[in-house]
Formats: sequence, structure tokens, C-alpha cells
Amino acid sequence: MPGKVATMRDAVADLVRDGDTVAIEGFTHLIGFAAGHEIIRQRKRDLTLARMTPDLIYDQMIAGGVARKLIFSWLGNPGVGGLNAIRRRIEPAAVGDGTPLEIEEYSHFGMVARYTAGAANLPFMPLRSYFETDLPKANPLIRPIRSPYSDETVYAVPPLNPDVTIIHAQRADANGNTQIWGLLGCQKEAAFAADRAIVVVEELVDEAVIRADPNRTVIPGLIVDAVVVQPYGAHPSYVQGAYDRDNRFYLDWDPISRDEEKTQAWLREWVYDLDGRAAYVDKLGTERIASLRPGSAPSGSVDYGDYR
Amino acid sequence: MSEPFSKSEMMIVAAARELAGQHVCFVGVGLPNIAVNLAKRTVAPDLELVYEAGVFGARPARLPLSIGDPTIVTGATAVVSMFELFAFYLQRGLIDVGFLGAAQIDRFGNLNSTVIGDYAAPKTRLPGSGGACEIAINARNVFVIMRQSTRSFVERIDFRTSPGNLGGAEQAEAIRRAGGWNGRGPSVVVTDLGIWHFDEAGEMRLDFLHPGATLDEVRATIAWEPRISPSLATTPAPTAVELRLVREELDPEGVYTK
Repeated sequence: MPGKVATMRDAVADLVRDGDTVAIEGFTHLIGFAAGHEIIRQRKRDLTLARMTPDLIYDQMIAGGVARKLIFSWLGNPGVGGLNAIRRRIEPAAVGDGTPLEIEEYSHFGMVARYTAGAANLPFMPLRSYFETDLPKANPLIRPIRSPYSDETVYAVPPLNPDVTIIHAQRADANGNTQIWGLLGCQKEAAFAADRAIVVVEELVDEAVIRADPNRTVIPGLIVDAVVVQPYGAHPSYVQGAYDRDNRFYLDWDPISRDEEKTQAWLREWVYDLDGRAAYVDKLGTERIASLRPGSAPSGSVDYGDYR
Repeated sequence: MSEPFSKSEMMIVAAARELAGQHVCFVGVGLPNIAVNLAKRTVAPDLELVYEAGVFGARPARLPLSIGDPTIVTGATAVVSMFELFAFYLQRGLIDVGFLGAAQIDRFGNLNSTVIGDYAAPKTRLPGSGGACEIAINARNVFVIMRQSTRSFVERIDFRTSPGNLGGAEQAEAIRRAGGWNGRGPSVVVTDLGIWHFDEAGEMRLDFLHPGATLDEVRATIAWEPRISPSLATTPAPTAVELRLVREELDPEGVYTK
């Protein structure tokens, strides 16, 4: 295979190291479950996991023992409830003699601003938020700052520069030029902020496909270290235009994750005992996959013009 | 004689009606999601739905399962990055109404969605702010939708995630002006029992009691002695049209309305 195309196993083995700060971004859309499962499977340890909405994937990774710390802004199973495995590492009654998970908490705007500062190589990002709340007390990295141009005070957050950012996307070419449509979240900011970037895609396309529609390119291959082709790699989250969120799994995860033994049994069955995403998709079955296929709603096309 | 309806249905319908006359609304997860989508189909057809996931002018064809559902993208006016959404739309001051829920609220409309108990050693770890903190500060008006109980309508919240009228209207107004907030604070709290607005002191005042609810119930589900409007009225019951939209179009499986 040409360019930066790699297997998930190799990409994670080479680019994710014990002790790293890892960001798997994608806001409800394009969540990198396949990559997260590979990190669990390879038994990475002592990671600091950053993500606006930890979602089920970080609940599973934290249950898999890969993390010592979590940086986040909203900790829930969207539309369903809480993240039970993570709560067991935070609430003292459940932690008991175990090791609690260290947490560093922001608001959504604060997390986005952190990635933006990181991507733009700035020492901080100012924002009009956090006034009169308890968040700066809970997290002393959120600090008030006086404007150099007026007597206004706003709040600042520090840059977030992950060692590695992993994102999932609809398509990329072999050099990692990546196109996304649908919700964009903060993937661009998180990728530019990182030392290393892994892009996981539903489809590998020719460079010509990318060049035919350059406005849709969110991440240039310039900052990408590996391209992994992994159809259905975002399941049970969704990929705009390709498959819907598998809400049944989001609902099923709640009772599973409430019980530590059931959680570990699930990880054995769906992560450790499978050798990768293709096996996971096989195990899900074609019927389940087919049921997630949306109807069609293509965009109109635009004419970029031919200038010579 | 109107059809029978559940408390949740009344709450959703009352919240939707409060959106009459509003233009740009930031939609939250859960109950706000269905209330806003009902308003769009009834009292506020021109309402622009903004989702924090990065959508302006959403036209969801089904009730979104989460605030990031793909149905909010298809047919929308614009999809933007979350930085743009929070910086250019919210912080710039373009949002008229932000809808919030919470685990705890106090008499001045300050909200907690972070922890029950001590932050460092919580009894219950809740989801946290998400966008709630900056929505409370920068949406021009904040609508709150919550079920009443003494566990949630408390004398003192355990953590202030989203500022309301702080310790009272006068103090809150001065702080908002000095800090350059776009927001004017909470304007309504819709519960399963009634509709609360905020009086001159910045404290919640019950203006409408839902049909079937009693003042005894209201007092039994709130941890402070509540202010009751001298001209307390009964919320008009949900109409057949509103109930049909909720039951058949917006929440056919009864996820939010049971």
C-alpha cells in the first residue's frame, strides 16, 4: 500500500505509547470506536484521555484499564444516562481501595478553546465563560485574565496538545488528506494541536477525489502520520450518510456498564477475543449493519471552474 | 373536555408555548429537545434551532436521539465547527434562548449539573457543564425545564455549574454588566407542576399551576417557602393538536413523555 496507509494494529502500536495524552475526537458523530478498542486490546497503560464527551468509548477504555486521567467537558451516555464505568473510578463509595481516576474538567467551549490554542501555538485562549461558577475552583487551570486593551476581565484556558489525536472520517487519500461532512466537532483543532495524528476512514479514495472538492478537506495529509481504512469503525456511533447511530447498543450499554463483571465480560467478548474491526463487524452481523443504513440525501454539486 | 395527558406532556407543551415570539434557540438534550421541536411545529414556526454540536437552522425530520443526531444536519442552514458555534453564534450574542436542565436549582435559578456532594469526593458524579455554563452566561434568555422534587429544588446547590440570578437580581445585574455577558439570566422555569418566572428580586415566582396540580404538591416538592403570584392562574391544558404532535410525531415511543 502506498503513502501512509497502515493497519489499525500497526498504527496504534507505533503511534500510541504508554503514558501519552490521547485525544479521540468526534462529537457524537464519527467516534473512533475501532481505534479505542485496539488501544484496549494492546493494553496501553497510564494514558491521559482527552475528549469533550467521553461517551461509551472512554467508558470502555477506562474499564479496560488504559487510563490514569481524563480531561473532558460532558460525561454521559448521550440520550441515555451516565457513564457507569467512569463513575466507578470517581465516586469514592465505588472506588473503595482502588485507584481513582484523575479528572480535569472544563465546559464545551473551554475544551474547544484549549484545542484551538494548541492548534494555533498560543499560550492560552480567552473566553467569556466561567464567570460566577464553581468551575475555576474545581479546576485551577481555568484562570481570570485582564484584557491588555480595556479593564475587562475574561477567563483563559491553557492549550491542549495531545501526543496523539485519532479521528474517524468518511474518506481520505493515501497521504492522509481527509474529508468530513456532517458534524465537524473539534476534529480539525484536535488534529492540528497534536504531535501525531491517526486518521481512520470508511473509504480510501484517490487523490483526485480529494482535489475535486477541496472545500471539504478538513485535515491535510501534512499533519497525518497514519491512515487506517476501517469500514464501520465508528459503530455504534454514526457516520453521516453511511450509517446511523446504533441506539440499541447505547441503551444496552447502560445495564452492562452498571456491573463490573458484565463490563469485563463484554470487553472479553467484543474486544480482547476479536482480532480487529473486521471480526467485530462479522460478529454484529449483516442484518444489524443493514438496519443502520440511512436513506439517500445527496448534496448538489458546485462548479469550481477550470482556470488555465 | 380535553384528552387526558401526562405531567411530562404538560411540561413539554408549557415549555414549547414559552418560545412564542423567540427567534434563535439553543437546544439542549432531553426534554428541551422535544419542547423546542414542538414549538417549531406550533407557536414558533420561524424558530431557528441551534445545536451545540455545530448546527444552525436545523430541520430535524425525527426527534433527535442526542444533540448530535444526523437528522439535525440533513436539511440544515449551516454546519459549523464547535469553535464557531460557541464563539461566533453564542459568545457573539446571536442566541435568544438557551434551554437548560439540571440536577439542582435554587430559588435564584442557579443550576448544578456537575456533582451531588463534595466536588473532590462526590456522592453522585453528574455529566458536568457541557455547554451549560457558557449558555447561561451568553444566551440572552435562559429557559429551565426540570421536574420538581425536594432533591432538585434545593435551598443550596452543591456546585454552581451555570449562574442564574446569583444571590439576587440587583447583584446579578451589576455583575453581568461589568463582565460583558450577553445574558440577562433565567426567565422561566417550567416544571411538571407549573410555570415559574422571576420577580424583581430575581427569585422564582409561581405564575401558573398546571391543571390537576395543587399548591400543596408544589410546596411539598420544593425545599424553600416558594413565592406564589397573587394572580396565580391555571396553565391551559394541552390541545388536541399539541398532544397529537408529541405522541405521533415527536415522541412516538414515549421516551420523554411516559
